Amino acid sequence: MAQFEPVLTARIHKPDSTSLASCQADGGYQGLKKVLGMAPADVTTLVKDSGLRGRGGAGFPCGLKWTFLPKDHPGPIYLAVNADESEPATFNNRILMEKDPHQLIEGIAIACHAIRSNTAYIYVRYEYGLCYRTLMQAIRECHDAGILGSNVMGTGWTLNIHVHRGAAAYICGEETGLIESLEGKRAWPRIKPPFPAIEGLFRKPTIVNNVETLCCVKQIIDRGGEWFKSIGVPPDPNNPRDAGSYGPKLYCISGHVNKPCCVELPLGVTARQLIDEHGGGVWKGRTAKAVVPGGISMGFLSAAELDTPLDFNGPGKAGCLGLGTAAVTVVDDQTSMMDVLYNCCRFFAHESCGQCTPCREGTSWMKRIVERVREGQGRIEDLDLLMEVAGSMGIIPGTTICGLSDGAAWPVKNAIKKFRPELEEYIRSGRRSVTPGAELMAHH
Amino acid sequence: MPVLTEELRERIRAEFPNYPNKRAVTLPALHIVHDALRQVSVEAIREVAELLELHPSEIHDTMSFYEFFKDEKHPLGQKRLWVCRSIACMLRGGEELLAETCQRLKVRPGETTEDGKVTLEFAECLGGCEGAPCVLLDDEQHHNMTPEKVEELVSKI
Repeated sequence: MAQFEPVLTARIHKPDSTSLASCQADGGYQGLKKVLGMAPADVTTLVKDSGLRGRGGAGFPCGLKWTFLPKDHPGPIYLAVNADESEPATFNNRILMEKDPHQLIEGIAIACHAIRSNTAYIYVRYEYGLCYRTLMQAIRECHDAGILGSNVMGTGWTLNIHVHRGAAAYICGEETGLIESLEGKRAWPRIKPPFPAIEGLFRKPTIVNNVETLCCVKQIIDRGGEWFKSIGVPPDPNNPRDAGSYGPKLYCISGHVNKPCCVELPLGVTARQLIDEHGGGVWKGRTAKAVVPGGISMGFLSAAELDTPLDFNGPGKAGCLGLGTAAVTVVDDQTSMMDVLYNCCRFFAHESCGQCTPCREGTSWMKRIVERVREGQGRIEDLDLLMEVAGSMGIIPGTTICGLSDGAAWPVKNAIKKFRPELEEYIRSGRRSVTPGAELMAHH
Repeated sequence: MPVLTEELRERIRAEFPNYPNKRAVTLPALHIVHDALRQVSVEAIREVAELLELHPSEIHDTMSFYEFFKDEKHPLGQKRLWVCRSIACMLRGGEELLAETCQRLKVRPGETTEDGKVTLEFAECLGGCEGAPCVLLDDEQHHNMTPEKVEELVSKI
């Protein structure tokens, strides 16, 4: 493979990378100008043919999603930008917004032209204060320069982008939870269908796209669909449902590595390559015991599975839920999987929105069971009990509205399946590993 | 006595044109009030509801869903310090950082220091994982934290 050149992150190290002048000096908004002369349907076809799949976690083909909008709808049609990036260990969207806001804004404008929308909302998580301020500044600059507002680039087309701040709730990253939250309600995900493309924000047709996805859209317009398809992994010929894993991807590397970072690489790099070639190797001269492939919802790869390619298919073949957000977290050989499992269970118990009983009760009980085990009061049967609870919650067994609960179940299922001897040994030893910090939080 | 100043009301009204209905201004309005008053009291909920032409219970329903917003029984200090407890930070000392910070500030998670300067909390993943352990001071991230660095941050408040 030819030397890979980062594209999405090409500008992030430049001084002044967030200013409109600096962005335009690098050819910014030329893609939008080109697109404004094209028919919206042609833009959608171009994006569809590039093979771009959503970067937020589900990997749904982006252009195909756009085609689900009703034809000849009188409007309004909305674009909701999912910048609620809350999957543990994921921070690639933050970097894109903090360092190159105009790449995102141009991607949004291109998408809005394609889907015939005049209004976009960026739903940004509260914890990203710098992103919020950077985006607001960039949007103001665009209004002053006639790139946004009532006469986009002199074409007479209207486009407004509003930034809407979240309030620290993981569920708002689920697309219909996000919509409910934007409407001013509790973020309870909606039953689908209707999908947002038919009835979404304010009951109007709505496309929800992730930040990185929209940045890819801008690059596809600049460089062409063929360029995008020349990167990554083509569809598996033995799997007629595989849409391929094309394009560059931002991988986050965190946990027990020497150099935690975010790195842009072609889709399909392996977990081992990420750790050794980009994360500086496992810290303290240790080895990796487990690796989270794409946020904790995706489960774990064991040490024997580190050569799994992190494309849209690889993690699933290794028993994980999927590629997720491509946020790779390394757990070293000195760390107890029981403690890692507890951390995952605690997260989902805290973040379940409470709407569906199997999730609300299941996440809470899984946390309590692992909590008891960590207090030295575990029983071997607890592992089977955990498997039973995990197996009964989620879209896959058909008991919940959204996928949060599948994500809550997956680390439990993977940990018990792949690390059972270690977990049993922990229980038999009667060890206690509750930290003072965990104790303080438990009583909060 | 109304608790929302005219300035706060004006800032809330300025959000109206951004949305097709006033209900969507619920979160922006709560943020405006919460940032300024460090709490959203029952009276503030009533006044926001009146501005948004909603029933106060609708505002309360949304507000209580997001544990983020504090009511009048649990007002925030001058600043809010969140210590991340999720996996990337936990693996690099996040829980120890929280415990040590509690000790140094003489508070438990959720409490405010005696001088009213800082409310300490734990947070789920803040998205600053390349700089784990990380903390959030109001809405600004600080990476690669140690108890000393946290203490220094707090001392500048």
